[in-house]
Amino acid sequence: MTTRADEQPATTAAAPRRGRAAGMSHLLRDVAAIAGVGLLLALVWQAIVWVGGYQPFFLPGPLVVLQRWQTAIVAGTLTPHLLTTLTEILLGLAVGISSALVIGFLLARSVSAERLLSPWIVAAQATPILALAPLIVIWFGSGLLSKVLICALICFFPMTVATTVGLRSVDPRLLEMGRSVRATRRQLLTTIELPAALPQVMGGLKVSVTLAVVGAIVAEWVGGERGLGVLINLARGSLFDTPLLFATLLTIALVGVVLYLVVVLLERRLLGARASG
Amino acid sequence: MGTTLDDITITGLSHAFSVAGAPLPVLEGIDLVMPAGRVSAVVGPSGSGKSTLLRIVAGLLPADEGRVAIGGRRVVGPDPRVGLVFQEPRLLPWRDALDNVAYPLELAGVGREERRDRAAAFLELVGLTGFGSALPGQLSGGMAQRVGLARALVQEPRVLLLDEPFGALDALTRDHLDAEILRLWDRLGATIVIVTHSIPEAVFLADRVVVLSARPGRVVADIPVELPRPRSWATLDEAASTRSARAIRDALERRGGPLPGPSDARLPVTGSAA
Repeated sequence: MTTRADEQPATTAAAPRRGRAAGMSHLLRDVAAIAGVGLLLALVWQAIVWVGGYQPFFLPGPLVVLQRWQTAIVAGTLTPHLLTTLTEILLGLAVGISSALVIGFLLARSVSAERLLSPWIVAAQATPILALAPLIVIWFGSGLLSKVLICALICFFPMTVATTVGLRSVDPRLLEMGRSVRATRRQLLTTIELPAALPQVMGGLKVSVTLAVVGAIVAEWVGGERGLGVLINLARGSLFDTPLLFATLLTIALVGVVLYLVVVLLERRLLGARASG
Repeated sequence: MGTTLDDITITGLSHAFSVAGAPLPVLEGIDLVMPAGRVSAVVGPSGSGKSTLLRIVAGLLPADEGRVAIGGRRVVGPDPRVGLVFQEPRLLPWRDALDNVAYPLELAGVGREERRDRAAAFLELVGLTGFGSALPGQLSGGMAQRVGLARALVQEPRVLLLDEPFGALDALTRDHLDAEILRLWDRLGATIVIVTHSIPEAVFLADRVVVLSARPGRVVADIPVELPRPRSWATLDEAASTRSARAIRDALERRGGPLPGPSDARLPVTGSAA
């Protein structure tokens, strides 16, 4: 009797541990494969530089860029710009995503809201952000606010569409089941509609985080004192430091990849049960 | 006479759907009493409004005319005394079997420990001990439908409504689950109403079979099934069940229009699913 009770938690605890170990080795293998592809691309890049005999100000090789990256980090050139851009991205995402969730919910719930609002939302999306950005800077200044707004604007549309489509795709038969067991409207939302919409919402989030990076850089180009976009302009225009330009580009790409990975991990955590079922 | 505790009384019930702006009557002048603690079956051709009738009794759909009462109390919405089993399992795919069964208790605010205990007891009752942590996607059709049955039973309803519950399953699984229903009915003593397009299923399960006509559905026959209980497929009185099946078939042919086919097309579900 006691031995059985003792065995029970041991076996159930062992299962997730094994699963986590398997997950880690999967992750390591993935990282190794991705690094391998990166190494291959770097070799091709270096080969192009050698064959073409290009000067570093025109096309620096990967080693030159890596060295420049290292000195920029050590000298403290890169970090303040990175932090500024990250702040803009994260605040922009917070504003853009939360408003998109609210508007997306309204559009899914009310046909008349969709009819009235969606043409304007589409029109706002169809206007290039590059054309809107100068206006936003004129209206809201060249500080943090305009950057956050531009970031928010660029990720608003995909997130809104994902939310609306996700909520609309809920199986009406599940909702009828919920009503038959006396779920309130709020309970239907929290226990059926939101979980059912989650895969689509996470898909919208993946698109949004990468777009938010683009939004921050665009916003900084239009006007700003600090940020990775500003650093690109500096490296290109006043410093003629092409290796630094490349190092900045790699930093921006890395920011995008890391944000995307965070969403993937979040998705696994939230949808893990469904992925295995 | 007098209605006993869990009688279902349907009086003067009529209902129409609106199809492209025009009313399409589906049920007309239904008067029925489903006696407490008995099994009633409703059969009828496709589109005779059987499922609509069940939805009205379940309180999911307000009737245009007439009234439905359970134990003398009028049904105005989904009722805690009623458990409903759909043709499909309708499980929440992101919840495991146990949490699906516990779902109605969770909505009602029952604490986590208690609802898991109660859900586990009902999973055991439908023969799914040990499957509590399985996700719906990992269950066979018959097992998923058992989970749906356990979910309908978990609040210990006095009335169990079954809407062609095993119609999508293979014949063997279906026979097996029909026998299970009778076993559960013996233990729980609930009032059962089953809508089906299978005459053998209706005869096997029910004390009486209500035959509906083609659209708009009217009651054309109310046929008692006089088979001894407990029933099982092995000991079924072939002659008596054939007699009852014959009577149902005759009623359908005389008044009900074409015989119900295996694929019983149903009217669209109207509800707040917008």
